[in-house]
Amino acid sequence: MEMVKLEKHKVRRNRAVFRENFWLTMMVLPGALLLLVFNYIPMAGVVMAFKKYNPVEGIWASEWCGLENFEFFFTSQDAVRVIRNTLGYSVTFLILDLIAGVTLAIMFYNLRSRKALKLYNTVVILPRFMSMVIIAFIVYTLLNPSYGIFNTVIEQFGGTGVQWYMEPGYWPFILTGVHIWQTVGMNSIIYYASLMGLDESLIEAAQLDGANKWQQTMHVVIPHLVPVMVITTILGIGHLFSGDFGLFYQVTKDVGLLYPTTDIINTYTFRALQNGALEKSTAVGLFQSLTGLILVVVTNGIVRKISPENSMF
Amino acid sequence: MNKQQPVLAMGTTKKKKFSWGQAVLHLIFIIMVLMYLVPFLLVISISFSDESAIIREGYSLIPPEFSLEAYKLAFRNPDQMLQSYKITILFTLVATALSILIMGVMAYPLSRSNYKLRKPFTFFVLFTMLFSGGMVPSYILNVQYLHLNDTFWIYILPGLVSAYNLIIIRTNYKSLPDELIEAAKVDGAKELYICFKIVMPLCKPVLASVGFLFLVAKWNDWMTSLLYIHDAKLYSLQYLLQKILKESEYLKQLADTGQLMGGEVFPSESYRYAMALIAAGPVLVIFPFFQKYFSKGMTLGGVKG
Repeated sequence: MEMVKLEKHKVRRNRAVFRENFWLTMMVLPGALLLLVFNYIPMAGVVMAFKKYNPVEGIWASEWCGLENFEFFFTSQDAVRVIRNTLGYSVTFLILDLIAGVTLAIMFYNLRSRKALKLYNTVVILPRFMSMVIIAFIVYTLLNPSYGIFNTVIEQFGGTGVQWYMEPGYWPFILTGVHIWQTVGMNSIIYYASLMGLDESLIEAAQLDGANKWQQTMHVVIPHLVPVMVITTILGIGHLFSGDFGLFYQVTKDVGLLYPTTDIINTYTFRALQNGALEKSTAVGLFQSLTGLILVVVTNGIVRKISPENSMF
Repeated sequence: MNKQQPVLAMGTTKKKKFSWGQAVLHLIFIIMVLMYLVPFLLVISISFSDESAIIREGYSLIPPEFSLEAYKLAFRNPDQMLQSYKITILFTLVATALSILIMGVMAYPLSRSNYKLRKPFTFFVLFTMLFSGGMVPSYILNVQYLHLNDTFWIYILPGLVSAYNLIIIRTNYKSLPDELIEAAKVDGAKELYICFKIVMPLCKPVLASVGFLFLVAKWNDWMTSLLYIHDAKLYSLQYLLQKILKESEYLKQLADTGQLMGGEVFPSESYRYAMALIAAGPVLVIFPFFQKYFSKGMTLGGVKG
């Protein structure tokens, strides 16, 4: 009798567990389905990189062609330039974003006036909400060769105006400046949010020990930010081989003269796509994704070896 | 924003005391604020400037001669602009609502430690952050298989679920006490009910900030139109802006070289600035209402477990 009761109870509980898991799965499915269609199916589409694409026959029926599409890119003169530019900008951005974001967050943290904090904060994250079209236009306001602010100032000091959109030499600095200007506010928010969770008593203890502001920052505040810094860096390293298309396409106004210093893999493949070189563009995209995946896994592995609690997965 | 000030904790009298450190900090911030505000003020000023004054004196922070000509021109032929406004508002709202609904619901099972398929599904989500098929396979899928080009749905469906945002939402859900959900269950509440009536309302700040970021990204989208839209009726606002900026530059070149007849001075400079403001305006207006949510809940947690 007891046994039967226990069995029944078990069955009922199992049924409840099953029902719970069933409904939870139902809740995951709509989103999972969207990811399947719009993220996973294109992943399968990378086979195109190894084919001669024929739009009439579709991806699957097209002829295989080995590594021909990769050869096209890697043996071209553009490859060196485009990869150098992409990596150069990515590494610069990764380092400067980290330094600028953390510095700004610490500055916010040290600000005593709540009202001022809110005001400054609002202003610096503003450009993050403008489209690249508008950011590019603002940059153009400064760099316009005939009416632009930069040239007006240069001419007022007796110099001759610069034809900014014809001189590739200036652009690494311009693009880096624009990028930092646009993103530093939003970057700092993530670090600032983390600082809100910092235990105040740690700072007080440091003060009692006679630590000055600089020492408090170096020994209490920054160590608290390390986990977030590590995760942003791991994610950033995954994007070393790809850049912000909008920045490099819109802000440079896609001017061919500037390509030596402004053409990155993303703008290059976009042009290939426009010219109908679909499979070649796919090959380059696959190269970006694969290197990204490998870099993230390797970096994460290294982080896990050094300090397991900071690794991403 | 309920952070206690370290200095305040030492004694409230210190609050009013002048400190050189704070003064320097404010000075740096004021310089920064100028670096952000001056370019925006320039755009506003130029849009209200008289065209011939711009040509004579270049851009300046205060309009040398005030003029509404540019706005009159912008509103002379408002059909295309209104159409793009309408489309952009529509897809922005629909996509944001759907995205928050789907992700808000999806993050709930992934936050529940007793959900049996949590690990495989979390990996399923995470992997999309680490690897992607790239631009071209997506393009071919959308155009040749799903036939989304030149339709409204191209603005909605791709990118509705983002792994990064999902992880942020899930991390937030996880920070809620388990007892809360257990108690609701004892009361006989269904999972969907718990998610909608208890978890999502409690995590409103993070849903609001993620939703607002998504909304802004949609509002600012120009690339979807660049890739997929040929029908002018479906142009997004930012794409239209980009087109107008390019075309008026072209018109100006024609006028400068004397190839454009008609005699009327085309206020191309101020006109472009007026258009830029018209396209950027709405975000600037609603932005302050969401700003308070930003520092809350945007904590990016690890994706483990």
